[in-house]
Amino acid sequence: MYDRQVRRRRAVLLALVACCLVLLTAYFGESSDGPLRSVQTGAMEVVAPVQEGANRALKPFRDLFGWFGDTLDAKDERDKLEAERDRLRAEVARLQSAASENDELRDMVDYARGSGLDAYEPVTARVYSRSFSSWYETIEINKGSSDGVARNQPVINGKGLVGKVKTVSDGNAVVMLLSDSEFGVSARAAASGQPGSILPVAGSPGDLLFDLVPEAKEVRKGDSIVTAGTISDRLPSPFPQGIPIGQVKRIEGEGELDRTIHVAPFADMRDLDFVQVLTKPTADARASTTP
Amino acid sequence: MTWNATSVGRLLAIGLVGGILQLTTVSQVAIFGVPADLSPLLVAAIGLLCGSIAGACFGFGLGLFMDTLLAQTLGLTSLVLLTAGYGAGRLRELRDPAHALIPVAVGAAATATAAIGFTVLQFLLGVDGPVSLLLVRQILMTIVLNTLLAMPVYLACRRVLARFLPDDPRRRRRRAYTTGGLSPLSRA
Repeated sequence: MYDRQVRRRRAVLLALVACCLVLLTAYFGESSDGPLRSVQTGAMEVVAPVQEGANRALKPFRDLFGWFGDTLDAKDERDKLEAERDRLRAEVARLQSAASENDELRDMVDYARGSGLDAYEPVTARVYSRSFSSWYETIEINKGSSDGVARNQPVINGKGLVGKVKTVSDGNAVVMLLSDSEFGVSARAAASGQPGSILPVAGSPGDLLFDLVPEAKEVRKGDSIVTAGTISDRLPSPFPQGIPIGQVKRIEGEGELDRTIHVAPFADMRDLDFVQVLTKPTADARASTTP
Repeated sequence: MTWNATSVGRLLAIGLVGGILQLTTVSQVAIFGVPADLSPLLVAAIGLLCGSIAGACFGFGLGLFMDTLLAQTLGLTSLVLLTAGYGAGRLRELRDPAHALIPVAVGAAATATAAIGFTVLQFLLGVDGPVSLLLVRQILMTIVLNTLLAMPVYLACRRVLARFLPDDPRRRRRRAYTTGGLSPLSRA
C-alpha cells in the first residue's frame, strides 16, 4: 500500500516536470505565430473581461494602499519638487530668449515634417493588469487588433516612451515595458546628438542604460534621451524619432570604454493607468529619412 | 483531505481568484518598493494543507495560468511553483509540523524557492541584459513582504478548504494528550 502511494506520488511529479519541460522546449522552438502562442492569446482574450472587471472593482483598495504610500513620500517629494521648480524657473528664462532666436531660424528652415503626435494616430488604452516579475515587465491594455494595434508599435504616456506592443489579440494587447529584460531601442542624447541604445537593468525598473555610445564623454548628467527613429530605409525603426525616453541621472566610470550612463525614464512604470499606442509610427519618420 | 468535485472546485476557485487578484491588484501595490507575490504563498498553503501531489498539481496549474495571462514563456513558472508546492506537501507528510508559525516559514521558503528558481532558470535560458544588484534586494524584499502575508493567505485557504480537511496537527495532538491516545476511542 505504502509502496503504491510512493510510486503514484513519484509518477505524478515526474509527469508534471515532464509537462513543464515539453512546454518550455515547444515554446522556445515555435515561431511568434505558433500554436502555443495562439492558445496563450486565446486564453488571454477569454480572461481579459474578468481581469478588467476585477481591476475596476478593486481600484479603491489599490488607491487606499497607494494613499498610505503617497502620504509617507509626500514630504520628500515636496522638497524635490521645490528644487525642481527653482531649476525650471531659471530654465524658462533661458528658453524664452532661445525661443525668440528659434522663431527667426524657423522661418529660414523648411521643416519637412510636423512634430504633432496626431500623425502617428495614437489610440488611448486603459491598463488593467501588470506583471509582477522582475524579468517580464509587461502590462495589459484594453485595446487590440480591432482598434488598429499591432505588434512592435510604440507605446507612450503623457511623460514619454513606455514600451512597445508585445502580443495582440482582438480586444487587448500585452505591452513590453522599457524595463523588460528583452527591451531595447535606438536612442540619442537630445543635446549632443550622440546615438546609442537604451537597455534595461534587470531588477531595477527605474534605471536604464544608455549604451553603445560612440563618444560617451559628450553626454552629460541631466541630458534628455530621446528615440533616434529611422536612420535607414532598409531597417526602419518602429519608433518615431524624438519621443522622450528619460534623463541622464548619473555617469559611472571616467574612461571612454568603461563609462556607464544611467538614465531615469520619464514615465513611471509602476504608475500607469492610461497609455497611448502609436498605430502609425512610421507615418512621419519615413518622410524625414536621411538619404 | 477528502477528494470530490466540490473540493477540487474550491481548489480551482482559489487558484483563479488568487491569480486574478495577483494580476489586477496585488502586483500594482508596491510596499518597500516591491509588489507582493501571492502565487508561491497559495501553492505553499495548498501543499501544507492537502499534501505533496495536490501541492505540485496546484503549483503547475497556477504557474500555467500566470504564464498564459502574462504572455510569458510557458512552463517556466509552472516548474518553479510545482517544486514549491511539492516541497511544502512533503514537509507536511514527513514531519507533520504542529508549530503555529510553520505556514510563515514555509511561505517564506516557497517564495525564496520561486524567486531564486525563476532567476536561475532565466539565466539558464540565456538572458542578455545586464543584471543589477538591485535584483537581489528586490528578491529579498519580496521574501520579507511575502513572509508577512503568509499567515493570512494560509488561514484564508484553510477556511475555504476546512470542510474537506482532517484535523490539523495541533488539534490532533491536543486531543491525544487529553485523551491519552491518538484517538478518542482509546479512552474506552
